[in-house]
Amino acid sequence: MRRKLGLIPAAMAAAGSLGFGAAALAQGTIKIAYTDPLSGPFAQVGDSNLKQFQYILDYINSKGGALGKKFEIVPFDNKSQPSDALLALKSATDQNMPFIMQCSGSNIAAALIEAVDKHNERNPDNRIIYVNCGAVATELTNEKCSFWHFRFDIHAAMKAETMVRALPKDVTKIYLLNQDYLFGQSVQRDVKEFLKKLRPDVQVVGDELIPLGKVKDFSPYVTKIKAAGAQALITGNWGPDMSLLIKAGMDAGLDIRYYTMYAHLTGGPTAIGPGGDGKVRAIMPFSENIAVEEKNAEVEAWTKAFRDKHSFDFYAAGFRTIFEFLQAGVTKAGAVDATKIAYALEGLEMKDFLGHPAIIRKGDHQILSNYYVGVFKKGVKYDSEKTGLGWATEATVTAKDLDQPSTCKMKRPK
Amino acid sequence: MEVFLVSLLNGLVYGMLLFMLSSGLTLIFSMMGVLNFAHASAYMLGAYFAFTISLYVGFWPALILAPLLCGLIGAAIEMYGLRRVHKNGHIAELLFTFGLALIIEKCVQMTWGLVAVPYRVPAGLDFPLFSVYGTNFHAYRAFMLLISALMFVSIWLALTRTRVGLIIQASLTHPEMVGALGHNVPRVFTLVFAGGTALAGLAGVIGGNYQVTEPSMAFAMGPIVFVVVVFGGLGSLTGCFIASLLMGLIQTFAIVLDYSLADLLKQLGITITSSTPFAEVLSVPLPRIGALLPYILLVLILLVKPRGLMGTRDT
Repeated sequence: MRRKLGLIPAAMAAAGSLGFGAAALAQGTIKIAYTDPLSGPFAQVGDSNLKQFQYILDYINSKGGALGKKFEIVPFDNKSQPSDALLALKSATDQNMPFIMQCSGSNIAAALIEAVDKHNERNPDNRIIYVNCGAVATELTNEKCSFWHFRFDIHAAMKAETMVRALPKDVTKIYLLNQDYLFGQSVQRDVKEFLKKLRPDVQVVGDELIPLGKVKDFSPYVTKIKAAGAQALITGNWGPDMSLLIKAGMDAGLDIRYYTMYAHLTGGPTAIGPGGDGKVRAIMPFSENIAVEEKNAEVEAWTKAFRDKHSFDFYAAGFRTIFEFLQAGVTKAGAVDATKIAYALEGLEMKDFLGHPAIIRKGDHQILSNYYVGVFKKGVKYDSEKTGLGWATEATVTAKDLDQPSTCKMKRPK
Repeated sequence: MEVFLVSLLNGLVYGMLLFMLSSGLTLIFSMMGVLNFAHASAYMLGAYFAFTISLYVGFWPALILAPLLCGLIGAAIEMYGLRRVHKNGHIAELLFTFGLALIIEKCVQMTWGLVAVPYRVPAGLDFPLFSVYGTNFHAYRAFMLLISALMFVSIWLALTRTRVGLIIQASLTHPEMVGALGHNVPRVFTLVFAGGTALAGLAGVIGGNYQVTEPSMAFAMGPIVFVVVVFGGLGSLTGCFIASLLMGLIQTFAIVLDYSLADLLKQLGITITSSTPFAEVLSVPLPRIGALLPYILLVLILLVKPRGLMGTRDT
């Protein structure tokens, strides 16, 4: 009953963009359907992504877009439900959009990959490319890989390896806490694998899966982590599952190292607060202080302009690399045609927006680019969410370091 | 011992929050016989009102004003909505409150947006109060315990030691007789409904910043509140209190205790291997089904003791 009611606005939005679609087509924009949670517990994630995308797209369009056309992003709320994401895909293909983009939720990503595969096979003249901007379960570019799926974020195993390598020598007891779905299980498995390989001295003192987006008070978990005697917590949690976990840890005075994948996203810095100076680490493609550290004045000015305009951090500035790849891909393909663009994108090598080499691997369509292990601390130039603390780079991993083998057997269309 | 003490405190805080939310509902349910689906919506409204009011005049006035606003809305709903629908029977009332819950959710989404609002614990209570074996107990949690304990005592005193309380209790069981004695029973109904809604609003004020203030918070809290009310028994404040604490403690301890049915069977001398039938289900650890336990208890108590823990009437 409730779900059905929720569909009405989505349908209205779809109908609305259909109306706009005709007008937009006349001007010839290249449309990207963006589907992520814009309501429900994870709404904040989709909402702040969308605002940052729009700023990035304005920049890309000011640089000429591609083939003389501008890019346009069309949002669809999927309420963190795969079924709603598939509705968004339907609307996107009905309007002949060449791209559908999705960042949050590997379970949704898996559903989208399957649906896009089927759709493209059945409709050779109306194909669509799935741009994955953050669903990082390892299997999506391995067992489940697809020609139409391009992943612009390093996958869970790569992040796990980076985290395990970043563990200091004196940390020998770690606690794993992850969300109970495709992605969290992937992190759980991958971290354990890399611990066995790289740090056999480390003992996993706790290994927990929590229901996705349901836990409102993490204090019981914090009690457990403390009782287990862990020195570090490794978690792939995102959205409220991450910020509430860290908040509960900070409130209880849990004095351990937090190794996270997403503490740098919206809500994370506020949850950590000033009490967490030097305790929390995150793996990120970008933080506003990286431009300062690398003395990249152009990027620093560009991210600062966003900050001046919006009341939140520009943590997703790294997504500029995604849109620059799409821009280059469309230009190289010479037509807004999904098949041609996909062929143009695979194996494409270019500089990411900070000027480091990046490549979309031909074998599995997985991006490899520079990533950073950031620590949240005092004394940085740009603080996060007005906490006075910000992300400073502790370690840099290059595209080459991240190159893990893939088991993908890709089927390519004609 | 350390884990036990800290979990006990955590469970108490959550249990008391549940009690604040469900005490109003148990009164409404037992008096009017209506499962008020919109009750958790009052909890949500309380949190949102408190957020908005605290932007202007701070948290402390909001602590008073937000529940009052919720109470007023409750009174209006009872006088202009429920009372009319009441004539058409319980199903109509049930559907009415269900529709209301959906409408309130949409209104909240339209007013405050789809994204969670930054409703925070007041700075004056944002410090660790004391420490149990190295785990800090936050001052705000102590404050929540204090408020809910005060509430329990004052409701109990009001119901058992005042004239109004006597009339309310009488109207619960013998509304016609109370009416015949010259009391305005509909007004008592309005009073109870408004009071119950205000209590839910109060729970929202202090629960909204402890948890997260977002449009789906009502639907997240709704089911567990019904479990508490039915489990505790109709018309029994004490039953409701015990049930709330029980659910709070069960959910907290379920997370901490890493056992499964397989471990239990092992104690009885039965070893579970992957070839045993239902091995998957039997070896699921308790933390992963913790959220389910209250509903299992609900089903069990309805089978064994349909009146609930301390109920005096049938559901």
